[in-house]
Amino acid sequence: MLQDTVWLISVILMAAIAAVFLWVAAAAGQKADTETVQHRAYRLRARWFWLLVAVIAVATATTLRALPYPDRAPQAASRVILRATGAQWAWTIEGPDLVVGKPVEFQVTSTDVNHGFGIYNPAMEMVAQTQAMPGYVNRLQHTFAVPGTYHILCLEYCGLVHHQMMTDLIVKPN
Amino acid sequence: MSIPSSVVAAGTAREVSPGIYPGVVAYIAIAGVVLLLMMLVGVVLRLAQAEWLPVPPDVFYEMMTAHGAGMVAIAGLAGAGIMWHFLSRHVRLNRGILITNLVSFLAGVMMILAAIFLGGFGGGWTFLYPLPATSGGAWEPGAAALYLGGLLVVGVGFLLFYLDAGRAIVAEYGTLGAALGWPILFGRPQARLPEPTVVASTMVTIVNTLGLVSGATVLAVSLINLATPSFVIDPLLAKNMIYFFGHVFINATIYMTVIALYEILPGYTGREWKASKPFLWGWTASTLMVLIAYPHHLLMDFVMPKWALILGQVASYTAGLPVLVVTAYGALTLVYRSGIRWDAASALLFLSMFGWAAGIVPAIVDATIMVNLVMHNTMWVPGHFHFYLLLGMTAMVFGFMYFLGRDGDSGESALDRVAVWVFAVGGLGFALIFLYSGKEGVPRRWAVHLPGWVAYDRLASLFALAVMAAVAVFTLRFLLRAPRLLAAR
Repeated sequence: MLQDTVWLISVILMAAIAAVFLWVAAAAGQKADTETVQHRAYRLRARWFWLLVAVIAVATATTLRALPYPDRAPQAASRVILRATGAQWAWTIEGPDLVVGKPVEFQVTSTDVNHGFGIYNPAMEMVAQTQAMPGYVNRLQHTFAVPGTYHILCLEYCGLVHHQMMTDLIVKPN
Repeated sequence: MSIPSSVVAAGTAREVSPGIYPGVVAYIAIAGVVLLLMMLVGVVLRLAQAEWLPVPPDVFYEMMTAHGAGMVAIAGLAGAGIMWHFLSRHVRLNRGILITNLVSFLAGVMMILAAIFLGGFGGGWTFLYPLPATSGGAWEPGAAALYLGGLLVVGVGFLLFYLDAGRAIVAEYGTLGAALGWPILFGRPQARLPEPTVVASTMVTIVNTLGLVSGATVLAVSLINLATPSFVIDPLLAKNMIYFFGHVFINATIYMTVIALYEILPGYTGREWKASKPFLWGWTASTLMVLIAYPHHLLMDFVMPKWALILGQVASYTAGLPVLVVTAYGALTLVYRSGIRWDAASALLFLSMFGWAAGIVPAIVDATIMVNLVMHNTMWVPGHFHFYLLLGMTAMVFGFMYFLGRDGDSGESALDRVAVWVFAVGGLGFALIFLYSGKEGVPRRWAVHLPGWVAYDRLASLFALAVMAAVAVFTLRFLLRAPRLLAAR
């Protein structure tokens, strides 16, 4: 899962930052000439800056390749269309049966307030989401890889019964 | 009063902190007390999710609304107090406006508390249109109006505060651009070099004025909608305006409190923290980035223009650069082999820089569109902002409290030292569990958790209790010193 990868990356980077702070704190009690320290630090800073720029450039180029936003053009007939409507505090999902491997488009909206349409797989790992907003239709495209009972959870706070706004979605084997 | 030797080497502590206006003491004392109370509310929320404390869902969501609104507002007040304290040394600020903002803040908070705990308003601090008017029968429009009105009163007070800061800066430096050092950056190296405090205050003045105008506008139209339901607004436009305001305001709190580092740490290390060209570039970049990064809150609104969402990701990535290259790096350079003497103030300020720098990592991760698809509105989100607000922003506030207190009484006990460690470890554990829960897909803002998630909530509750105990020590220490601070003046 993507979540595991980003967790690992985050922990490693945060640990690296913590290590630098601990190292500086450990050496802070000794005294060195300020000008010498600053001269070396400023020289290193230029390299640090360009290293970060390079990392950001690579991360941007890599991650922007996989955007979840659909094209404006109408979808091909091969895509299964489902209409998902949120209303305090239930989901209504209309459309044909879902099968593994078949591209799906959820057309998500709301009749009252903002809701969040979050799809969780049978192991309760989130696989995709979009917002459900009154007056707008968000088109979420997804292809289910495994059959089973998926769960739809509301992911935008929508009032006092928000946490009960759940429903199931069956994905059949192909 | 005894002064650490390293501070004497750089000048006396009194030179670092020559005088304290009672209004600032009031800001910081109120900030300490409200932070503690709001933490208590937060602990109750986690205990409820942990199934250790029975809290009905309606009460949970009311408390969640109070926790969000209260924390954002008090972070703003603490930041404003720190900014005013140091900026008033460089420009002529109006004391009447400082007090007006405080009075306005307290009046607004009373309205908000009445709306929540008497009126039953539980629409979340973000008052996402049209939820305040569409409660499903949970609260009356009058309660929603009182809440929105309270936020508006608080916001107008802050707007006056920043307009006065802008006026005073322009009176001293000629233009806001000059106070950001633009003449030096753009061909006039002999121009007046603004002090770091002035640069930071100018940035915050610019972004918060724009943010507050946006917030006040959407609050006003939401109030009209409550009074006249036939008057409707575009929910997507309202969402943009709310998140622009919220994003800018909460970010600005840390850009205000960091002034404490610029002003206090040099006194401990005997090293100057001057504005340089990279510093000025960094702050100009931050001004722009904070303003344009807000679409990262709308990455799951697929109907938004695609360019705006991509801009949200890219601006969020680059917004981290000035922090990591200028301020965090500058703090590390200042402290490295400086002979610094550690006390509660210097330790908390150093910790705060770690909290801000490390908190950028999960923030950037969440602003990545493909990650946001599976992380948005999970516990990862409160995980990242608790990381840099708790371990960053509030650590700066508590460091400032100890610094102010030290002027009147240098005594620190083992309890203070233990409290700093407990705060650091507790805060880290608390934020990491939030992040881990987010990785596991646990949604944020759920009053009742599924059985598989409760173990995380229990562990988080223990860390949260530890943090609260430490903050109680910080706040109590400051409150005990406050009368002497005022008398010493």
